[in-house]
Amino acid sequence: MLTYIVRRSLYGLLILIGVNLFTFVLFFTVNTPDDMARLNIGGKRVTQEQIDKWKVERGYDKPLYWNDARSGAARMTDTVFWERSVSLMALDFGRSDSRSATDIGHEIARRMVVSLQLAVPVFVLQVIASVAFALLLVFFKHSRIDFWGVVTCVLMLSISALFYIIVGQFLFSRVFRLVPISGFESGWDAVRFLALPVLLSLLSRLGGEGRLYRAMFLEEVGRDYVRTARAKGLAEPRVLLRHVLPNALIPIITSAGSYLPYVFLGSLVFESFFGIPGLGAYVIDAITGQDFAIVRSMVFVGSVLYIASYIVVDIAYTWVDPRVRLG
Amino acid sequence: MPKIVLLWSDVVVLLTAVAIAAYGWRIGRSPTQRATWARVFRDAPALCATVVLLMFFAVALLDSLHFRRALPPAPGVSQQQAYGTHTESVLDLLLARQLAGRETTYSAPLATRALVKDSIEVDGRAERVHPRLQFGGAHLHDDVAERGADIVRRAGAGMLGGLAVAAALAAAVAGAMAWRRGLRLAEAARLLLRNQTELPLRAALLTLLVLALVAGPTLVLAQDYHVFGTDRTGNDVFYQALKSIRTAFVIGTLSTLATLPFAMLFGILAGYLGGWVDEVIQYLYTTLSSVPNVLLIAACVLMMQVFIDKNPELFETGAERADVRLFLLCVILGVTGWATLCRLLRAETMKLRELDYVQAATAFGVGGARIMRRHVLPNVVHLIIITTVLDFSALVLYEAVLSYIGVGVDPAMNSFGGMINLARNEMSRDPLVWWSFAAAFGFMVALVLAANLFADAVRDAFDPRARLFRPRRILPARPQRAAG
Repeated sequence: MLTYIVRRSLYGLLILIGVNLFTFVLFFTVNTPDDMARLNIGGKRVTQEQIDKWKVERGYDKPLYWNDARSGAARMTDTVFWERSVSLMALDFGRSDSRSATDIGHEIARRMVVSLQLAVPVFVLQVIASVAFALLLVFFKHSRIDFWGVVTCVLMLSISALFYIIVGQFLFSRVFRLVPISGFESGWDAVRFLALPVLLSLLSRLGGEGRLYRAMFLEEVGRDYVRTARAKGLAEPRVLLRHVLPNALIPIITSAGSYLPYVFLGSLVFESFFGIPGLGAYVIDAITGQDFAIVRSMVFVGSVLYIASYIVVDIAYTWVDPRVRLG
Repeated sequence: MPKIVLLWSDVVVLLTAVAIAAYGWRIGRSPTQRATWARVFRDAPALCATVVLLMFFAVALLDSLHFRRALPPAPGVSQQQAYGTHTESVLDLLLARQLAGRETTYSAPLATRALVKDSIEVDGRAERVHPRLQFGGAHLHDDVAERGADIVRRAGAGMLGGLAVAAALAAAVAGAMAWRRGLRLAEAARLLLRNQTELPLRAALLTLLVLALVAGPTLVLAQDYHVFGTDRTGNDVFYQALKSIRTAFVIGTLSTLATLPFAMLFGILAGYLGGWVDEVIQYLYTTLSSVPNVLLIAACVLMMQVFIDKNPELFETGAERADVRLFLLCVILGVTGWATLCRLLRAETMKLRELDYVQAATAFGVGGARIMRRHVLPNVVHLIIITTVLDFSALVLYEAVLSYIGVGVDPAMNSFGGMINLARNEMSRDPLVWWSFAAAFGFMVALVLAANLFADAVRDAFDPRARLFRPRRILPARPQRAAG
């Protein structure tokens, strides 16, 4: 197991290098730092002096990959690539491109706490709600409940998350005045602000996941061991919970695991709609403000989380299914 | 003569239409394919969904025939024909009334007066009233008294028209059935009514009837009213919703099409050749899929935006610029989204490679390229079809989110995402402006739901192992009549 984790981590490192190279080429070779400066300063007439000043302030005035003017190792380290990209590997994100030039690493750490407060309840409740809903449909299979349950699922998954948010905000915040429309406070007050986004986030994914899990459970229900369990006289709820559920956990973990990075990255849409100052809102602000340094850092953080989540999912397989051996 | 403009995405929509027709022709010639597709259409929801999708596609197609009007020659100058700077589509011609009937601000569906009050001089005094709309119900003399009756009359006429169209279509179907099976017309109609046809035609005709009953009144009323109201700048919401259909279609089809070359080439190569090629391709798609999708797309779109801003001279009109942006967005969605299909194709190819007929072909000395083309590719087509139809609805939904984040289609282009984005502010207004939101919601759910139902049937038919176990109510068994 340990060798497996080490090997996967090393492969992950290789992938991170790839991601890093890719984003660097994307951001700096397709468009030169001059273009970025022009975009960032804005306005029609931007003088070369302004551009140069902008570049010096943010350290983009060096050569991209290879600095001939320096000697020794500095030829490599005193370049934009090294400063802006290799340092990412050490999780040193540098400063943002915008006028305020805040420290990205500090901002990410601060906002991640906020994102987690929204995402962890969503993640946990999501798995519970979807599995419970799917088990319910399987329990009532071939009945009206199952039929209309699946119809509801298909309908729900045809509706964009944006509609859930807008209708939810309208109903719960404007008509019933149960929760504030948007905003955030730390501590226990956060519950008031987070209740609605958590609920809507659950709803928006329930249809798709409920249907998917139902299919997985039905696949298991058809197996011989389930028939054996029923034959020896076990009640249906017990069959489902003790026999079917554990055996269907692998696909469920795979599906839930793919959502794991977003637990840390925050939900872009939900955070920005509800004014929760987490990582998701940070990314959206960066995109609208065309702050490339932040976007690049977040791409990197995102891929680190993806790789980590895959390793976690693999380890989780061995917990739920003793037949799985990593090696 | 107007100048015909062929935008990039037009080419795609038109080619899609041609490709679907060509594929349909091929299906007709191959018995196995015909049997599989018959399985798709035997599913009643899928057939109904097809009817709805065809309606939407027709709108998208009409909206993809673009042209620029020829300008009358200026006196004195000119030999060369000049063209308008505005690119229009055939749909714009059909909706010329909606396009021209621009009010100044919000108005509710079928309203004759604006939503917000304005100061108007009545009998020498300034009064705060809801001003009359310029176009909505402009034909009425006394809009307060006549409006209700007028709307009912027109809606009734529209319904009758719709009913007539639906009846004519049903008669045509029955006639075609009678002719093909050599039945009498009444007999064919009875089979249709009792749902004793091979395909669930009754359900499809019912869908048509519902569509006709909705579309008829809408079209009649749209002649003199704003059926879905107007938005903040007084534009007709019905027009916007119809225009958004094309954007959704282009995103849905073009993005999946853009994934195909990468996914097919890399997936089959990796699966068939194995070894270092497999390693490299796996590394490529793992790297790509390890970046969260939204971030990757956002990064690419930002870069594209800089490029477009930097080269304004490449685009003649605003429509062309918006279209290139849409086209590139689809390409980006495709380039960032090929990993999943590639992985599936790789696994399937690895399985196929070991099968006897491929081994036999290898033993005969057939080259690798030929085996991949003649033996592997046709046997993975089902995966491609399934993925393509499944992705369509997901992409339509995704467009809305991307447009909201600001990395979607050009803000000047009508799209469901853009409509939702505006609706967000409108829903918090007082008085409430709900119609743009409702229109976007209705159209989008209809489109995505139809696409989902169709995709499910396709998956069930092409890959029975991966079926989602559709719920079937077990009907009570018919009492058997005792024999003898």
